[in-house]
Amino acid sequence: MKLNIGGITEAGQSKKNLTGSWRYQIPVIDQDKCNGCGICELFCPDSCIDINNGRAVIDDAYCKGCGICVKECSRDAVVMQPEGDG
Amino acid sequence: MQGSIAVAETIGALEPGVIGVYPITPQTHIVEHLARLVANGAINSRYINADSEFSAASILYGAASAGVRSYSASSSQGLLLMTEVIFNMAGTRLPGVFSAVNRSLSPPINIQVDHQDTMTLRDSGLIQIYVENIQEAVDTHVQIYRIAEDREVLLPAMVCMDGWIISHAYEPVTLWREDAIKEFAGSYDPPFKVDPRKPLTYGALTDDDRITEFKYMVDSALCRAEDKIVQAAELFREEFGNFHGDVVEKYYTEDARIIIVAMGSVVGTIKEAVDRLRAGGKKVGLLKIRSFRPFPAAAVKELLRGAEMAIVIDRSFSASAGGILGSEIKANLYHQNGPVLFNYIAGIGGRELYPHSIMEIVQESETAFTKDCVPDGAVFYNLNEELL
Amino acid sequence: MKELARENYLAPGHNACPGCGVSIAVRLILRAIGNNVIVVSPTGCLETFTSPYGMSAWEVPWVHSLFENAPAVASGIEAALQYKGNPDTQVVVIGGDGATFDIGLGSLSGMLERNHNILYICYDNEAYMNTGIQRSSATPLGASTATTPVGSKSYGEALPKKNMLTFALAHNIEYVASAAIAYPRDLMNKVKRGLDVKGAAYLHVITPCTLGWGFEPDETIELSRLGVQAGIFPLVEYENGELTGVRKIKELKPVKEYLSSQKRFSHLEEAEYEKVKESIKEMVRQNVKKYGLLEQ
Repeated sequence: MKLNIGGITEAGQSKKNLTGSWRYQIPVIDQDKCNGCGICELFCPDSCIDINNGRAVIDDAYCKGCGICVKECSRDAVVMQPEGDG
Repeated sequence: MQGSIAVAETIGALEPGVIGVYPITPQTHIVEHLARLVANGAINSRYINADSEFSAASILYGAASAGVRSYSASSSQGLLLMTEVIFNMAGTRLPGVFSAVNRSLSPPINIQVDHQDTMTLRDSGLIQIYVENIQEAVDTHVQIYRIAEDREVLLPAMVCMDGWIISHAYEPVTLWREDAIKEFAGSYDPPFKVDPRKPLTYGALTDDDRITEFKYMVDSALCRAEDKIVQAAELFREEFGNFHGDVVEKYYTEDARIIIVAMGSVVGTIKEAVDRLRAGGKKVGLLKIRSFRPFPAAAVKELLRGAEMAIVIDRSFSASAGGILGSEIKANLYHQNGPVLFNYIAGIGGRELYPHSIMEIVQESETAFTKDCVPDGAVFYNLNEELL
Repeated sequence: MKELARENYLAPGHNACPGCGVSIAVRLILRAIGNNVIVVSPTGCLETFTSPYGMSAWEVPWVHSLFENAPAVASGIEAALQYKGNPDTQVVVIGGDGATFDIGLGSLSGMLERNHNILYICYDNEAYMNTGIQRSSATPLGASTATTPVGSKSYGEALPKKNMLTFALAHNIEYVASAAIAYPRDLMNKVKRGLDVKGAAYLHVITPCTLGWGFEPDETIELSRLGVQAGIFPLVEYENGELTGVRKIKELKPVKEYLSSQKRFSHLEEAEYEKVKESIKEMVRQNVKKYGLLEQ
């Protein structure tokens, strides 16, 4: 890929960087307990939670497994689970 | 008219959108005159009194990134303080114009002229043109935006004019019509700018896998500037009638046995000395270096080729490594057979150079040449041994 | 909770540490601003984790200045927009404590003093985190950092944290405020208030750092909340120099709880550092008094 002059680059290209590979545990949303309040979405450092049809959805391409969503959910609707063989 | 006022009037006619200012002697008359133009509503530029030269240069970086023509002026310590930003502007390909009113570097504090300040910026990727007199200062400021903002260049540019001798002297000067100046300079239309309608990221972290190529692109851009400088000088001659040289100016070099090489206002003094020496039958000439960056390698090789001796007069030096211009000329001539090179460091901190000083230097060099004892490195001209 | 639009102007895939307080702050800040903005950042964590070449996380125009000059670059952009007759695009600086408190202090002062129409937001993780946790003048008393390590002759940072709110207030600007990521609505409202100012505004946001402060990545919000509730980080607003907003604390959490939750303070548990802990508690008492932090 030819270099842009001045090192100027396009916006939003970080989406190419699948940081999901960093994690060793992944949050899982309990569909019954979650009411789509959106606290987790507000606090996710990696912009990888969305609220869809009134429920939180984790984007596992980017989730680093930090666990803030688990800690901050007021309804214990998010639980951390170890992920496969890392 | 005073040199500073002539330059300020020219910049005013160009009306850069953003002017970043921090005072330092002897550039202040330029920015003070621009302040009067703004205060009287003569120009619409945003005039920002910055908190330091670092900030003044940064203001130019910001304005250029937003697609607006910008201007600042500095000297001496202020230019050193701008150094980091100028490297950044060159690398990010953001043109902005600086008038560098040459002044010696501390210590000790000295407000007189030498070229140490602008020479210290020579590695940054910026364009540097050294002018000889007030008229050339005016004419070069008319030309400089067109060169720096050319899409094949896009680099910061500096017009170097000797402090006091050019900035504060009064000479008859022609100022050009505003519409003619604006038309010559064209408009700044960069391929990228910061704009919410098309978001871009300026400044990126990169590894060794591509950084060499980035730096190479800056190097190439500066090399391309050489043609643009030549074209601008030619076009200016056609449209305005004045010509001060393009990347170099030759003065009686064709049949010269001895060619003096120099930059800045001392060139005028040297021309006088050359006239006198020629009148006395000596075949002496002068090669004025106008564009120091990009370095006019081809012109220097070609124009010095036929001479027996080249005497470089340096108004700056790199400690332990000789005169800066002298070193670069010498390196450039390495593969060529001759001329024999003499390098004099002179005129530091405003120490006066007279026509007879030049003639003395020529005499001394000729003697050394004849006796085959050419100094190996640079020589400090007229060093006062009693002080040492 | 009221519905709010959930745009992400900080794209996923950035290189921040898991649980990074800065990334949380910046997502919320950008959401509050919208996309008609040009952001300038000095060198620091934010710049480094959002701008690897070809993988920028910024969905809005963004400029990395240098370390010491983000406010000046922003001033140039603001002036350029004015010259072009564009009054609507906001110019915002988002910079770390190192750039704000130390190396860029002069540039910040210039920008505030000239009252450019710029909102300056400092994300404060209390040290030069990007380069490996070296102390800045934002580092609080007693904190262990790489350049103020604990040793037989040192208990960590020996100087109190510089007060940037006081610094900002000295420039007679219309709006100076502090916010924390544990209170996202408050943070976003303060961003909006800062943008409303037709002139310079300063917002200080504490962003806990899991690696630098020494806590688990999932505790970032908790720690932010605790810092506010222990009176360590008062959340206040000044308008035209007058204190007009204070987030009151129902029940002041003990300083001990705050200190023991972070490895950078763990040495303070030793009896020999009682005086340092006293100084920290005294600072909290001063905050409580100065801002009226406790509810009447």
